[in-house]
Amino acid sequence: MTLEVTIAKRLPDFALDVSFATDNKPLSILGPSGAGKSMLFRCIAGLDRPDSGRIVLNERILFDAVQRIQVPARERRVGMLFQHYALFPHRTIEENILFGLSHLSREEQLKRLAAAIDGTHIGGLEHRYPRELSGGEQQRAALARSLAVEPEALLLDEPLSALDTHLRSQMEEQLQEIFAGYQRPSLVVTHNIEEAYRLGERLLVLVRGRVAAFGDKEDVFRRPPNLEVARITGCKNFSRARAISSSVIEAVQWGCQLQVAGTIPASLAHVGIRAHHVDFTEASNASDESNSFPCWLVRWSETPFRITLFLKLHRPPNGPGDYQLQVEVFKEKWQRFRERPLPWHVRFAPQSLLLLAE
Amino acid sequence: MLLVAPLSPVTPIDWSPLWISLGTSVSATLLTLVLGVAAAAWRERRGGGGVAIVDGIFLLPLVLPPTVVGFFLLLLFGRHGPLGKVLLRMGTTLVFSWPATVIAAAVISFPLMYLTSLAAIEQVDSHYLQAARTLGASEWKVFSEVTLPLAWPGVLAGAILSFARALGEFGATLMIAGNIPGRTATIPIAIYFAVEANDIQRAMVWCGVDVAISLMLLGGLYYWTHARVPGRARWVRR
Repeated sequence: MTLEVTIAKRLPDFALDVSFATDNKPLSILGPSGAGKSMLFRCIAGLDRPDSGRIVLNERILFDAVQRIQVPARERRVGMLFQHYALFPHRTIEENILFGLSHLSREEQLKRLAAAIDGTHIGGLEHRYPRELSGGEQQRAALARSLAVEPEALLLDEPLSALDTHLRSQMEEQLQEIFAGYQRPSLVVTHNIEEAYRLGERLLVLVRGRVAAFGDKEDVFRRPPNLEVARITGCKNFSRARAISSSVIEAVQWGCQLQVAGTIPASLAHVGIRAHHVDFTEASNASDESNSFPCWLVRWSETPFRITLFLKLHRPPNGPGDYQLQVEVFKEKWQRFRERPLPWHVRFAPQSLLLLAE
Repeated sequence: MLLVAPLSPVTPIDWSPLWISLGTSVSATLLTLVLGVAAAAWRERRGGGGVAIVDGIFLLPLVLPPTVVGFFLLLLFGRHGPLGKVLLRMGTTLVFSWPATVIAAAVISFPLMYLTSLAAIEQVDSHYLQAARTLGASEWKVFSEVTLPLAWPGVLAGAILSFARALGEFGATLMIAGNIPGRTATIPIAIYFAVEANDIQRAMVWCGVDVAISLMLLGGLYYWTHARVPGRARWVRR
């Protein structure tokens, strides 16, 4: 089972221009709002028409600009879960699920209905109207409706964004379970980094209509190719950079030279480090370690379990906005060194540094 | 005028205008319901260029004086009019017959039906239609099973407005259907000729009937637009 997409479409602010192929492994599409994620889905589902390109699902051509093929949405067998579910408000859940099954025999309809209800754990809600269901239940019902028609590919548009936080992780687990049993191309659009990581096996980063990165999710997170991808995958610390030698770079904004691991890309433009990858070292052995620099605490902000420290390198800060690094640590660790006198010492482990091309 | 003999107060009243008016209004409303919803659905789907011209033609009966509409209908359906000739060849004529009252009322009330159902159809969230399409529904199924049920309260309000307008239709009806008691004399026409014949009592009776019907219609309209739609009460189990 494969889905191949190569399309271009002019949008008001930029052009959508993407090319990728995916198989049965769930694919997460991550990008900021307005990156063209929803339009990409609409083109695959047949709800919008690309200007050029080709979409092929299991060797069936759904769209081909050259051959002038544009299969209508109803014949594509591409299921879509809408952000706000789009359950028909005038039909009960059962009637919603049966909507796409009217071409089947009564026996087959009931079989599919039962399977869809079982698979999404919405037993008991069949005769309720969508309005009477909670957000999570509505989402499962919408998923049941999409799956009942047995689509050859499944598109989920921001599936968790309309849910409360405590429902999210629960729904995330269920989606993973459904994906595992689905074994057909399934694509999830999201702007949430953790969702993208957990739901997909592969990751495609979309920025202003273009594929900024595409690959196994671990690769993309461990080695983002450029500044945009690093930022979208959650990296918070950047400095402009240039190579000094084969293993040393100068980080311009951080005002220091850094030992790096691995090859330096020829087009190196920035260096980055994730907020939780910055280490603290004892002042006594700071001088022995490479990539270790004195720093001053500017301010901090707390979440229930972690704390984000805003740090200034090399010299004391001039004000609360004068910081160069954001460092995330667990509170236990923070409690241990918060009373130590400034300056503290941070260390950039060479293998944690992200070497980013232009 | 010569067709109406002045009735003395003791003469039992001829109720035919009531039945003619109700028959005409019901028929005209059914006609505009089908045509108005179809036109609105077509217009909503089409959008884009040329829409202003189409809207202009569809809404013309709302802004023209009914007598002008009636005159145009007379030109169209008269012995020498394009449609009149066709009907004549088929051995029939429309002018001064009961169907003429229906045509007049339908044309005059069409814009109300069209405008109200267009607004109702445009308000249906397009995600429902898109979801229906990805579930394999044909365009007809999308319209009949999703768009129309969701737009129904608005369409029904349009039908009530159309019915009220059809019931009050006078100018165009008089132009192409005339005043033939028992056949084309509707309530408004009966009132006009009663007043002209100085039969104030009869005019009062018909005015009273009209007020009663209108109040019922307004009640229905209020029920459908206020009590029903906002809460979408009928889609929630109590």
